[in-house]
Amino acid sequence: MSALLSVQVASKSFGGIRALDGCSFDVQEGSVTGLIGPNGSGKTTAFNVITGYERADSGRVVLRGRPVTRPDPCRMYRLGLARTFQQSRILPGLTALENIVVARSQPWYRLFAQRAPAGETQRAFELLAEFNLVDYANRPAGVLSYGQRKLLEFAAVLMDQPSLVLLDEPTAGINPVMKEAMEAHVRSRNEKGVTFLIVEHEMQFVMRLCDQIVVLDRGRPIACDTPEAVQDDPRVLDAYLGD
Amino acid sequence: MHLFVQSIIIGVLIGGVYALLASGMTMMFGVTRIINFAQAMFAIVCAYLSYSLFTHFGLDPFLSVAILMPMMFLFGYGVYTLLLRRLGKAGPAMALMVLFALGIGAQGVTDLVYGTNTITITPSYANDSWVVFGFQIPVIRFFAFVMAVAVLGAFHLIRQHSKLGRALRATSQNPAAASLLGVDVQKMSAIATGLGFAAAGAAGPIYGLIFPFTGNSQYDLLSKLLTVMILGGLVSMPGVIIAAVFLGVVESVIAATISPDWSSFSFLVALFIVLMVRPQGIFGGHRMQGALW
Amino acid sequence: MTAAPRASRLRPSGLAQAAAFVAVLVVLPIAFPAQWLVNLFIFTAMFAGAAMAWNLIGGSAGYPALGNGAFFGVGAYAMAILTTHLGVGGGYLVFAWAIPIAIGTAIVFAPIARLLLRTRAAVFAVLTITLLFIGQTLAYNLVSLTQGSLGMTLPSPSFPAARYDQPFYYAMAGLLALTMLFCWGVRNSKLGLALNAVRDDEDRARGLGVQTEMVKLFAYCSSAGLTAAFGAIWAYYISFVFPGFAFDPILSLSVILFAFLGGVGSLSGPLVGALLIVPVQQYLAFRFGASHLYLIAYAGVFLLVIYLLPNGIVPSCRQYLTRLRRLRSGPTAPDASLLVSNVTAGKSQ
Repeated sequence: MSALLSVQVASKSFGGIRALDGCSFDVQEGSVTGLIGPNGSGKTTAFNVITGYERADSGRVVLRGRPVTRPDPCRMYRLGLARTFQQSRILPGLTALENIVVARSQPWYRLFAQRAPAGETQRAFELLAEFNLVDYANRPAGVLSYGQRKLLEFAAVLMDQPSLVLLDEPTAGINPVMKEAMEAHVRSRNEKGVTFLIVEHEMQFVMRLCDQIVVLDRGRPIACDTPEAVQDDPRVLDAYLGD
Repeated sequence: MHLFVQSIIIGVLIGGVYALLASGMTMMFGVTRIINFAQAMFAIVCAYLSYSLFTHFGLDPFLSVAILMPMMFLFGYGVYTLLLRRLGKAGPAMALMVLFALGIGAQGVTDLVYGTNTITITPSYANDSWVVFGFQIPVIRFFAFVMAVAVLGAFHLIRQHSKLGRALRATSQNPAAASLLGVDVQKMSAIATGLGFAAAGAAGPIYGLIFPFTGNSQYDLLSKLLTVMILGGLVSMPGVIIAAVFLGVVESVIAATISPDWSSFSFLVALFIVLMVRPQGIFGGHRMQGALW
Repeated sequence: MTAAPRASRLRPSGLAQAAAFVAVLVVLPIAFPAQWLVNLFIFTAMFAGAAMAWNLIGGSAGYPALGNGAFFGVGAYAMAILTTHLGVGGGYLVFAWAIPIAIGTAIVFAPIARLLLRTRAAVFAVLTITLLFIGQTLAYNLVSLTQGSLGMTLPSPSFPAARYDQPFYYAMAGLLALTMLFCWGVRNSKLGLALNAVRDDEDRARGLGVQTEMVKLFAYCSSAGLTAAFGAIWAYYISFVFPGFAFDPILSLSVILFAFLGGVGSLSGPLVGALLIVPVQQYLAFRFGASHLYLIAYAGVFLLVIYLLPNGIVPSCRQYLTRLRRLRSGPTAPDASLLVSNVTAGKSQ
């Protein structure tokens, strides 16, 4: 199994703060990799740099062995890399169905096609059904609860069958039942070959789900191993409990 | 060359007035995140009021500032409390339109009351000027500049060295944190709006002394102020002041060397050029996100 | 079953509505031939169309273009210059020039639009206003081309005096119908979906593969072109252009007002808004002849709309009907989301 994604010596500073400090880690194809670390360790910044929402000051991101020269969210999406947000950003004015249908990368002339053609609608409906959101198909997504939005956001990024999905704190602020649902969805998709990189604070979730865990502290990885090994690693405990 | 330097001097003096008006907007923006699209019109309203005070009571326009500033402060306070506060979360967005509409309504009123002919306030010293080192310094513009500096200085003192100023600054930096620390954010916003309008109250009469004006002049003035604000970076007070003086100079130099007709145009071209290169303005770091409504 | 009626396909009822609308447009000046009425229809159609054109960039995409009057002025002056300097003849042929003027404006504006669209929200709004003033200044200053503050007179066509206004009406109404068709097409295509996504959360949309740059550019340029077309016909109609009239900030505000009143982002909203206000505006102008009264009235109506009808008329009606329908379809569990949907449903599409 080769590295699908490789972050290489990425650094990013904001003002005086080094969010990423020579950060390097790999994400293996077909894995569910966790990205954990105490607050401020650079997890979200790493996500932003990988997906092109921020540009790294130095270092680079390599996807499928090819360095990404101008990381930009639209291009990354087109390359099969999708991402969700901590605050679960959905498009509130669009219906739930449209939220999914819109998530397509397509050639420019497709813009003149029908707003929600039958084939895409069908597929979007299937995704909604999978995530138990069919009732809201034609309602504006703004009416969804926080947990439902997270599910919708997840469903939307799956529309274009990405190869790598970055989930930013998928279980934050949702009830235990939804957490199990989220876990099940990740597992089922992973079985079909989708690679995941998940930022999480909830340890149980991470330990159960991930094959591989990368621990960040102050902008660089301090451990990169299986869940069991990481759990016992004194450096990890130090990072969380120290200071 | 002489013409060039002369026009720079004039430009700096005028820049002071623009700086005063724009600083009012910056102060208000810093706390409320609202750009006051009515600032220009209310400066002109104050010019009209000053004109009336002058023609009916012989009150010198510079002195009328003492009356108009507190009046405009109260007015601004009221505008925020009654109109802007209730716009809720989409506030800054809709507030632009509300203020623009207010400005247009105000123009309707001034057109009605004063007619649409352009007027200028002309006290006895209107055409006087001093000659310093061979350069002409028009008396009015000089005192306008002094007034602008004085008011700006007063604002600065308030901001930096008073409890109110601290509260205002806290609110501009982080309203949520400020409110947790006991600052009444809404009240600060109302005060900042009042101060913004007060700046118009101070600048209006002097604007009226320098330029011939009518209700319709608000658009020209507004686009200048907006240009200054954007170039200055929207939140940075020194940035806005520098931008104002810079644009005053550019305007003046172009008026003198090329033609007065193109001088306002130069503002707009300067704006476009800067924004092509740096969408956040020369000094700004403030990047606005999201649609307006 | 579904919340809000969405015209996503050409349904028989939709076609019938469209046919009825066109029929009304055609018959109107024949049924009501009085000159002042036809004049009113002309201005209503013009404002409605310009408001719909604005809606493309301001409503659907959510970019606050406060300076669309600039395009109106460009169209007006383009028509004036074409008819006087190039002498493209009088009569009916002149109307045809509105199309190339529209397309030309859209194309020439494209590079400027690209720059403008790099900014957002208030900065964008300010830049669009400056566009308006750049246009006005150019009109005043490029005297050899535009005769500056003297204004330009266009040759009057020799239409039969009894029904002089009619050809102008049909030109405006035709343009309105075209604009409506265009807006409908955008709305029901992926372009419209993408624009709405940009309005809701542009950065998120980018991360979902939406070609935000392209769709924004398309929306803004077509808005510019369509508005210019209306300006062109207006110039021909009143036979005189003057920088202050052609590049009018009030027009910029009006079209936004109509769109807000009728419902920003809805298809027929701007039309409804224009239908309600333009007659009043024309009446005031006719009766009192003075602009200051209707400046005050505009401001007043605008504030009323913002504070009392923030979603506009059409979406508010739709929400009301939806609520009725839901109440009638039987008791369901109290839906707290109804409260939320009342606020957000108005913003759909």
